[in-house]
Amino acid sequence: MSSTIATEPRRQTGVVVEQVVRRFGDRVVLDHLDLTIADEELVILLGPSGCGKSTLLRLLAGLDRPDGGRVEVPARRAIVFQADRLLPWQRVLRNVTLGLHGSDAEQRARDVLAEVGLAGREKAWPKELSGGEAQRVSLARALVSEPELVLLDEPFAALDAITRLRMHDLVRALRTKHQAAMLLVTHDVDEAIALADRIVVMSNGGIGTSHDVHLTAVDREASVAREELRARLLEDLGLAGQH
Amino acid sequence: MTELSLKAPAVTKDQDAETTGTREREVFLPRDARRRTPLSTLRERLRWPLGIYTTPVAILIAWEILARAGAVSKTYAPAPTSIVKSAANLWQQGVLGPDLAISLQRAGIGLAIGLTVGIVSGVLGGLLRSGEYLFNGLVQVLNTIPLLAVLPLMIVWFGIDELTKVLLISFGAGVPMYLNLFAAIRGVDQRLIEMARTTGAGTWRLVTRVLVPGALPGFLVGLRFSLAYSVLGLVAAETVNADKGLGFLITQGQTYLQTNQVFVGLVIYSLLGLLADQFVRALERVLLRWRPSYEAS
Repeated sequence: MSSTIATEPRRQTGVVVEQVVRRFGDRVVLDHLDLTIADEELVILLGPSGCGKSTLLRLLAGLDRPDGGRVEVPARRAIVFQADRLLPWQRVLRNVTLGLHGSDAEQRARDVLAEVGLAGREKAWPKELSGGEAQRVSLARALVSEPELVLLDEPFAALDAITRLRMHDLVRALRTKHQAAMLLVTHDVDEAIALADRIVVMSNGGIGTSHDVHLTAVDREASVAREELRARLLEDLGLAGQH
Repeated sequence: MTELSLKAPAVTKDQDAETTGTREREVFLPRDARRRTPLSTLRERLRWPLGIYTTPVAILIAWEILARAGAVSKTYAPAPTSIVKSAANLWQQGVLGPDLAISLQRAGIGLAIGLTVGIVSGVLGGLLRSGEYLFNGLVQVLNTIPLLAVLPLMIVWFGIDELTKVLLISFGAGVPMYLNLFAAIRGVDQRLIEMARTTGAGTWRLVTRVLVPGALPGFLVGLRFSLAYSVLGLVAAETVNADKGLGFLITQGQTYLQTNQVFVGLVIYSLLGLLADQFVRALERVLLRWRPSYEAS
């Protein structure tokens, strides 16, 4: 058991996944998958539903163990789930300090809440928040521990289009303050282009193609390069010609 | 296809509206805007003057009138006022006070034992796999045995003294508390537990911030059942060979055809039940503030 959860001295990169296999019964979901994520890199994992995106993310989170291969991640990591998963019986502030210890815990939580634009809402109950606010609290809860790796599992899928765009701006702003590698799982091509340093498309239980994205913020909104990238991503997803 | 079928009824409706000339519309205004005449306020008051207590009070008044008119015999159902009078009499004779005290003492000790055992085993069973194997089967079996059927066995084992009475009450209180608490702890949302683990919260934080508050609603349901069953146990225990207590008061009343006295006992039992219910309600208001239904206040 100790070998599977050993904490080892770090290599140079944020995440190393080598030849990972994960089966559920007869179904091989991850088939000798390789993936590396550099420090402070934001990688978007794109793929149709059921392709094993979330399985990979759960392996990186340590919520699941591989059947073969090797997963190496920083010990300090945080997850933002698709649903906000706030404790309904704790106020916002106590939800953020859940994993924190020390006398400065509350102050740190207040600071992060201010960063996500929720200053003054510390005393609210989760039920009183809108969907976007609740997801921002769960983002704050993830960032407050100063993680080296943030895993986001379709974090904005349940939000409306306008709120989602605001959340994209927020993620970009937070990246300038928090130095962390990020892996964001999504099935939204536009979301991928809006945020990614690198877009990785999954297929057949492995990494199909990988696209480095070197676009300015303006070019990500609308440009020829953006449309080309979008077309290539749709082709990778097997959706070419339908749009 | 769909567009056509969607359009068709819209067109016919328009024609309908034109031919009849009246299209029904609804207008919503703030409630205050409706004129409140003194008459309508009075009528609303009169409809349910005492809220949920209107019906009980109405029955009491009807009962009193029928009893005074001689329609119901005094031996069967004495008038409410005469029940109150006999309660006062019993109190003055120094019977009711000690009887009530001894009953409350039995209920208190029985509840304390039953709730302690139920909560400790429920928490252990809910949190630990080994606790589940240790207690669950046993309590499931105990749960199938009716409370009143245990009484004869308890009398054989523990005699006819206080011990039997207290143990019967604690048996009645402990079993539902265990079952509800166990189910409540196991029923805490698995996704929240998973989330708490990923934030780096330790076992203590997990228990105190996730499992305990998450299990509170179920715990309060258990508490309500425990209080109700303990009163049931109290009644059963006290009607068997007691020389003090409310049950004794009732049995004595029955023996000497003092229906007044029987009713006094019944009223006190029902008041105890109401008090217990109000106690749990107050707890819910404090402990479950986070629930939307309790936020309204």
